[in-house]
Amino acid sequence: MENLDRIGPVLVMFLAAGLVLVLDLLPPRSNKRVLAEVGLVGVVLSALWTAALLIRETGGSPTDLAFAGTVIVDNFTLFFYFLFPAITGFVILGSLDYLDQMADRAAEYFALLLAITGGAMLLAASNDLILIFIALELQSVSQYVLAGFLRDSRSSEAGLKYLLLGATSVAVMLYGMALLYGLSGSTALPDIAAALRTASDGQKAAYLAAAGALAVGFGFKMAIVPFQMWAPDVYQGAPTPVTAYLSVGSKAAGFAITLRMFYGTLGADSIAGDWANMFALMAALSMTAGNVLALQQSNIKRLFGYSSIAQAGNFLVGVAAIASAGGRFTVSSSAVLFFILAYTFTNLGAFFAILAISNRIRSDRIADYAGMWKRAPLLALVLAFCLVSLTGLPPTAGFWAKLYVFNAALRADMVWLVVIGVINTLVSAYYYLGIVRSMFFTDPRVESPVQPTVSLSLSMAVATLGVLAIGLLPGPLLNVAERAATVFAR
Amino acid sequence: MIPMEHVLILGAALFAIGMYGVLARRNAVLILLSVELMLNAVNLNLIAFNVYLRPNPATGMVFSVFVIVIAAAEAGLALAIILRLFRNRRTANVDEADLLKW
Repeated sequence: MENLDRIGPVLVMFLAAGLVLVLDLLPPRSNKRVLAEVGLVGVVLSALWTAALLIRETGGSPTDLAFAGTVIVDNFTLFFYFLFPAITGFVILGSLDYLDQMADRAAEYFALLLAITGGAMLLAASNDLILIFIALELQSVSQYVLAGFLRDSRSSEAGLKYLLLGATSVAVMLYGMALLYGLSGSTALPDIAAALRTASDGQKAAYLAAAGALAVGFGFKMAIVPFQMWAPDVYQGAPTPVTAYLSVGSKAAGFAITLRMFYGTLGADSIAGDWANMFALMAALSMTAGNVLALQQSNIKRLFGYSSIAQAGNFLVGVAAIASAGGRFTVSSSAVLFFILAYTFTNLGAFFAILAISNRIRSDRIADYAGMWKRAPLLALVLAFCLVSLTGLPPTAGFWAKLYVFNAALRADMVWLVVIGVINTLVSAYYYLGIVRSMFFTDPRVESPVQPTVSLSLSMAVATLGVLAIGLLPGPLLNVAERAATVFAR
Repeated sequence: MIPMEHVLILGAALFAIGMYGVLARRNAVLILLSVELMLNAVNLNLIAFNVYLRPNPATGMVFSVFVIVIAAAEAGLALAIILRLFRNRRTANVDEADLLKW
């Protein structure tokens, strides 16, 4: 029972997924909103269970192992136990508008979404290579289905590209895992960390090779250069709520496991500097390639695909920014976690505004957003505010997120990376604020007003208030991120 | 007994052949086949490490069973998606799946 208690929030997600599928078979079959409500109840129950775990955690031991050490429930895990259901709750609310386009397959849609969430939470809690692989694949396989969920050729093309590239990157990651297993004789992360500390010079090279192979699989999830090829295509072809989920959920899961693996397991002084340099290079490439390619996009979902690559580069600046001595990972990991929180609110807010607009005007072209200020003042304001936050201007969450990440990089003596980051922020301002300019300072071609639905307005309001609140008062959430990052303090 | 290095070299060769197939093949089904080759190379490595270095517990073998199971699930899904693409576009060639591009 103790074991089950520790993965309770995950189990709730899986149970909700199963329940949605069964409920769909019971009459009356026409009411699909019930399925979404079941999903939302699951999300709330999962969050409550996590809260219960958290309350007990503060009194007792800092880390809890379950299932013979394969699952670890510490502050870092609990952070993601809260984050992933929250993202899914938002996305379910945002999907209500989309129900009519999915016709009779709403149950599968919600079940897959809940299963992905369970997989992502399990990934954050995993402490063993086998469980990492299973949780990662549980997530990926469901995401391939969701990317190809619509019956048109764009969606199936997106699904195919996502699947073929994903399967290849997972195969490379598995090769690295096999190497790690061969080097350390165990699949448990603590055993691998212990074996690495006593490794000879020759073995260290092999550990680095394995780390590189793992970075391929994780980098694919995070959509960083050079493993970003799928992102723009999938973002454009997938249903918009799925794109919203992929842009925050999948990315957060990728960074969760990267931090756990590289900071927690492969963080020994002997090789940390080498993989940090690798990540720094990838960060510079991601920011530059993402921003430069985003400049010429005409489709807003595709633009967000490139923008998410650039943002992943910003996250990665934090991952690479390990300090040269004493508490090497504390500053950088809390900066990354804070960035994940800020980015989640910001990107979800932006995607809900896009969803509300594109559902009405039936177009993803940026040109059709011209004069949106006159057609839907509130939607235009929300989108503009989120775009300002993505650029990283005060008084928004994005400003503090970038500040903390660049601060971590400065402390790690990576001045060149900060310079590239700041230049890229200027480049990104051009296309982010270009959308704002076209919404506010050009005339609409059609005058008809655009009205969002209640569920979308609600989720949009929460996301936007979140961005504003973090922007004005970053302290409390920074504390949360710092507490979650304590697991990497050594 | 065959030295472990020989098994590892076979694994590495299989992996490289699979990677070449992924990069060079244009038919989606053949790309999938090449990915399976890469996964089998991983299985070979896992089992070799398990048998030669630490026969007990059989972690590597358990790992490879999971790899086989999930690879099967992925292959089933991939064929379904390829079928869907074929119905829409009358092709399984990845070069002709070019609606989404900049």
